[in-house]
Amino acid sequence: MLYDTIIIGSGLAGLTASIYASRYQLSNLIIGKLPGGTITLAHKVENFPGFPGVSGLELAQRVIMHAKSLGAEILPEHVSNLTVVEPNGGTPYHFKLVTESGKEFLAKTIIATTGTERRKLGVPGEKEYLGRGVSYCTSCDAPFFKGKTIAVIGGSDAAVTGAIHLAGFAAKVYLIYRKDVLRAEPTWREQAEANPKIEIIYRTNVIEILGDGQKVVGVKLDNLYQNSEVLPLDGVFIEIGGVPVSSFLVPVGVNLDENGYVQVNQKMETNVRGLFAAGDFTTQGLVLQQAITAAAQGAIAAASAFRYVKSQKAAKLQSI
Amino acid sequence: MEYIFTDQNFDQEVLKSELPVLVDFYAEWCGPCRIMAPVVEEIAQEMEGKIKVGKLNVDENEQLAARYGVMSIPTLILFKKGEPVKTMLGFRSKEEVLAEIK
Repeated sequence: MLYDTIIIGSGLAGLTASIYASRYQLSNLIIGKLPGGTITLAHKVENFPGFPGVSGLELAQRVIMHAKSLGAEILPEHVSNLTVVEPNGGTPYHFKLVTESGKEFLAKTIIATTGTERRKLGVPGEKEYLGRGVSYCTSCDAPFFKGKTIAVIGGSDAAVTGAIHLAGFAAKVYLIYRKDVLRAEPTWREQAEANPKIEIIYRTNVIEILGDGQKVVGVKLDNLYQNSEVLPLDGVFIEIGGVPVSSFLVPVGVNLDENGYVQVNQKMETNVRGLFAAGDFTTQGLVLQQAITAAAQGAIAAASAFRYVKSQKAAKLQSI
Repeated sequence: MEYIFTDQNFDQEVLKSELPVLVDFYAEWCGPCRIMAPVVEEIAQEMEGKIKVGKLNVDENEQLAARYGVMSIPTLILFKKGEPVKTMLGFRSKEEVLAEIK
């Protein structure tokens, strides 16, 4: 079957694109490994209009149900290959996708919304102690550290809200940040500063995660803290942002910026005709990486795909 | 069918099992675990008779989570003849899990 649009990625951008596509009566399929995407990891979302204090997971589940109620199909897989095929010697061309399990699909347009994956610190001990004290998910793993001493690395909204969440379980939470001022929203910053369990260490980098062979026992810092370069800890949460998942778009010729973000214009068009992109991993998404902006960009991408499919149909009719 | 493992039945159902056993360490508050749950249920159905599949609530069975060093969830552990032989951390698709346990 030839879809009007295939949406790659199942976070808020992709799900919203599907909602709009379904209402434009574009046949559509979502291919995405983690239904709900990045927002599912947020323990609390306080700034999504109409949903004060919702958990990221609940917000995601509502959007998934909304998309499904309009007919969305979600295939929980990775796309392993994306190519352009030319069924009629050139115009219009179609996109062919192959998933990791070998399923093949054809589409007139693609809306790519694969977002970002977690940035690694890249220090010794990080890989070795993953799941043994090193974590990238504060909302998942906080309760394993009841009464323990832990650190969060980073200064973003995710890092600071994560530290506040962890302080509900741990005895002591260090927030280690490389700059002078946390870059999180002022309301989060104030909450962290006022929390007696949270201590913020500025202008400091973690250069090694130390373990005893079984689990994390501390970190090594590049600046002395209380006259020591070693900070004893039971756990380390790494919250230093994301890197775009965009390499699968390179073979079809999509332009990326120097950091790998997908270059799009205001209509969420890439330089490849018929291929649109939305959400955290686009140059537009970079302006503000939030659920609400990802959803908005998904809506715009679907509208652009709709116009494109319509114009192709018109062109086809003229050529007959 | 998916089993429910606890501190009480773990010895009998997992460690003394003839079949290999896949244990899904999860908790209610963990978002990715809830997304993982239907995947594990599908694996349970598909591998019926070949592998025993079940879930273990880490809040209600803290000792077992600690014994196997689970500090991050979702974690899947494959047991063979009473020994943990493979550990998978974080959300995985069905294909990825099947590839690991086959």
